[in-house]
Amino acid sequence: MRAPMTSLPLVLRDTGFSAGGVEILHDLSLAIAAGPPTIVLGPNGAGKSVLLRLCHGLLSPAAGEIRAGGNSPSTERTALVFQRPVMLRRTALANVAYAIGRKGARERAAALLERVGLSHLARRPARKLSGGEQQRVALARAWARDPEILFLDEPTASLDPAATRAVEDIVAEIASQGVKIVMATHDLGQARRLAGDIVFLHKGRILEHTPAEDFFAAPKTPQAAAFLRGDLLT
Amino acid sequence: MRLFRLVLAFAAIFALAAPSHAQEKSIVVASTTSTEGTGFFKYFLPIFKQKTGIDVKVVALGTGQALDVARRGDADVVFVHAKPLEEKFVADGDGVKRQEVMYNDFVLIGPKSDPAKIAGSKDVVEALKKVAAAKAPFVSRGDRSGTHVAELALWKQAGIDPQTGKGSWYREIGQGMGQALNTASAMNGYVLSDRGSWIAFKNRGDLAIAVEGDKKLFNQYGVILVNPAKHPNVKKDLGQAFIDFVVSPEGQQTIAAYKVDGQQLFFPNASK
Amino acid sequence: MSDLSQALSVAFHLMFSGNRELWEIVGLSLSVTLSAVAIATFLGLPAGAFLAFCRFPGRNALIVIFNAAMGLPPVVVGLLIYLLLSRSGPLGQFGILFTPKAMIVAQAFLVFPIVVALSRQVIEDLWAEYSEQLRSLGSGPLKSVGTLLWDGRFSLVTVVLAGFGRAAAEVGAIIIVGGNIDGFTRTMTTAIALETSKGDLALALGLGFVLLFIIVLVNALAWLARRTGENLAGA
Repeated sequence: MRAPMTSLPLVLRDTGFSAGGVEILHDLSLAIAAGPPTIVLGPNGAGKSVLLRLCHGLLSPAAGEIRAGGNSPSTERTALVFQRPVMLRRTALANVAYAIGRKGARERAAALLERVGLSHLARRPARKLSGGEQQRVALARAWARDPEILFLDEPTASLDPAATRAVEDIVAEIASQGVKIVMATHDLGQARRLAGDIVFLHKGRILEHTPAEDFFAAPKTPQAAAFLRGDLLT
Repeated sequence: MRLFRLVLAFAAIFALAAPSHAQEKSIVVASTTSTEGTGFFKYFLPIFKQKTGIDVKVVALGTGQALDVARRGDADVVFVHAKPLEEKFVADGDGVKRQEVMYNDFVLIGPKSDPAKIAGSKDVVEALKKVAAAKAPFVSRGDRSGTHVAELALWKQAGIDPQTGKGSWYREIGQGMGQALNTASAMNGYVLSDRGSWIAFKNRGDLAIAVEGDKKLFNQYGVILVNPAKHPNVKKDLGQAFIDFVVSPEGQQTIAAYKVDGQQLFFPNASK
Repeated sequence: MSDLSQALSVAFHLMFSGNRELWEIVGLSLSVTLSAVAIATFLGLPAGAFLAFCRFPGRNALIVIFNAAMGLPPVVVGLLIYLLLSRSGPLGQFGILFTPKAMIVAQAFLVFPIVVALSRQVIEDLWAEYSEQLRSLGSGPLKSVGTLLWDGRFSLVTVVLAGFGRAAAEVGAIIIVGGNIDGFTRTMTTAIALETSKGDLALALGLGFVLLFIIVLVNALAWLARRTGENLAGA
C-alpha cells in the first residue's frame, strides 16, 4: 500500500538557476502530475541535469519557486539515479542496504537485488561490477528509498544496448508500482519507448510540454522538430 | 578497520596507564656521556641495586647540560667531572654538598701522522701551543662538558684563545665525547678525551695517544645531591643512599675493580 | 664497505641469538611508537574529517598550519615538551619526564599533524566524489563522515603508516624527553645514536638493520591486513 502522495504535483513557477555567474535555467514554469513517466528531452547543455537536481532537492533555485505537492523538494521522498553512480566500497548488497536505515535492511536489499536480477552478485564488491550492473545496483538502491518520484539523469548514456534494455525494463517495473518517473535523456528511441509525456528543454528554457504521441508526431516548435531530425546538437 | 583502531587505542591507554615502576625505589642521576660511554654505569649500577634494591636511572648528557637538568629539579643526584661548575652549583644552592668520588685522566689524542709534532710529549700546555702554531685540526666538544671545561682551562694556561682558530683549525662540534672522537678520527685531528672514553672507543682510525701523564690532565669526578630544599620532589633519602655507597669503602673498591681491556679506568679518591 | 658487511652479520647475530637486551629495546620502541600512533590516530582522524567537512573562518590558515606541522623538527618538539614536563615546568607535577610516557607524548605530537593533514586530504577528495550521492541517499553530516572514514579506510591506513614511519624513525624528540636511560627509555633509535657516539659503528649499523627489518615487518602486516580486509568486506 503506498502512502498518500505528498510530492506531486511537482510545480515550478518562474524558476531560475545560475552557477559561476552564468544563467543556466530561465523562467521555468512547469507542472508534472502523477501518471506515466515524464521524459525530459533536450540536447547537451540544455540544463536537464540541473532541472532534475532542483526537483530532487539537491540544489536550490536562484529565482522563483519549486513545490512538490505543496512542500519543498526533499531527498527523503524522492530519489535520483545519476548518470555515473557512486558505488560505496562494499558489496552490492551493502550498497542497497545503506539506503535503508532500519531493521530488516539486508532482507529488503536482497529482495530488491532479486528484482533487478543481481542476486548472484550480491556479495561481490560493488566497485568491481560492470557499468550496467552498477547502474542496476543504483536503481535498486534508489528503489529502496521508497520514493514517490524517481528522477533519472541519463542513466543509460554510458551503457551498451543490452545493459540499456535491462535498465529500461527495471524503470518500467518501478513505474508500474506507482512510482512517478521523471527521466532525462537525449536518446530518442528510449524516450519513445518509455514516455507518457515529454518536456522539451533547450538552452535553459522549456519549449514544449506535451503528451508523447503528439510530440513525436507533430512537434510544435522548430527547435523540437530539428531535435527530432537529429539536427539540434546544442 | 574499526576493530584494529580500537585495539591500538587500548594499547595506548594501557601503555599510558601502566604503573611506572619508577614509583618504586628509583632515582634519576644526571651524569655525563663520557662516563656512560665507558660502560661504567652498566657495571656499577646492578651491584648497587643488588645491595640496596634501588633502581638508578642515568640520564647521560654533557656536564653543563646535566647540571642544568638538575637545576630544573629533574634529577636527584649529579655525578659529573667539572669542579668549577660543580662548586658553582652548590654555591647557588642547587646542590647540598660536593664530594669527590674518583678520578681518571685526560689524554690528548692525535693522528699518527702528528702534524704538530707533539707525540710523546709530557707537557700538554706546550703541546697545545704547537698545535695552534701548526694550525693542526683540533676538535673541541664545545658543550660545557667536564672535558670541554678542562680543555678551555688548558688553552688558557697556554695563553692561547682558540677562538682565533674558529672556522679554520679549531672545530667546535657541540656534541659528546664519542662524537668528538669520531670527528677527530674522520678529519685526522687532535682532540682532548678522558682516558675511559678513549679505551672504550672502537672507531680509532688513525688516532693514537699523543700526550699523557701530565698532572694538568687530572680529571676529578664529584657527586652532589640536588637540594631538596629547592626542589621538594628530590628523593633525598634514596639519593643520599647512592652517594653514601659511592664514597663508601665497598663502593670505592667496586669502582677500582672496573676494567676495560684489562685496564683500570677510574681511580677512587673519596675522602675518608 | 667492510663496515657494511660487518654490520649485516652483527644484525643477524643480534636477531637470532635471542639477545634479551635487544628484544627489550625493540619492545620498548614498538610500544612507544604504536601507542603514540594510536593516540594521534584516535584524535587526528576525527579532526581531519572535521577540517575536511566544515567551513569556518580561518579554515584555510588551519590547513596550511597542519600541512606545515608535518615537518616539525623532532628535536624542537622534544625540547618544548621537555620544558613543559620538567619539574620546573607547568606540567612537572605529573613526573613523567624521563619515562616512556613522555616519549609517547612527544611522538604523538609529531604524528598528530600528519594524520590530520593527510586524512583531511583523503576525506576531502572522497567527499568531492561522494557528496551528491550521499546527500541524495539522505545521509546527514554524521552518517556521511562515518561513510567517508569507512570508504576511505585503505587510504587512511596508509596515512597511519606514514605516521608510524615518522615516529619509528625519529630520535631527536625521544632522546631529550626520555633521556636514553639504559634499560628504561632506550629505544632502537636512541641506542643507535649511543653506539654511534661510542664509535661502535658496526653495532650501530647492525641495530639500524634490525630497526629497518621491524619497520618493513609492520608495513607488511598492514598490507596483509588490507588484503584480508579487501577480500572479506569487498573493496
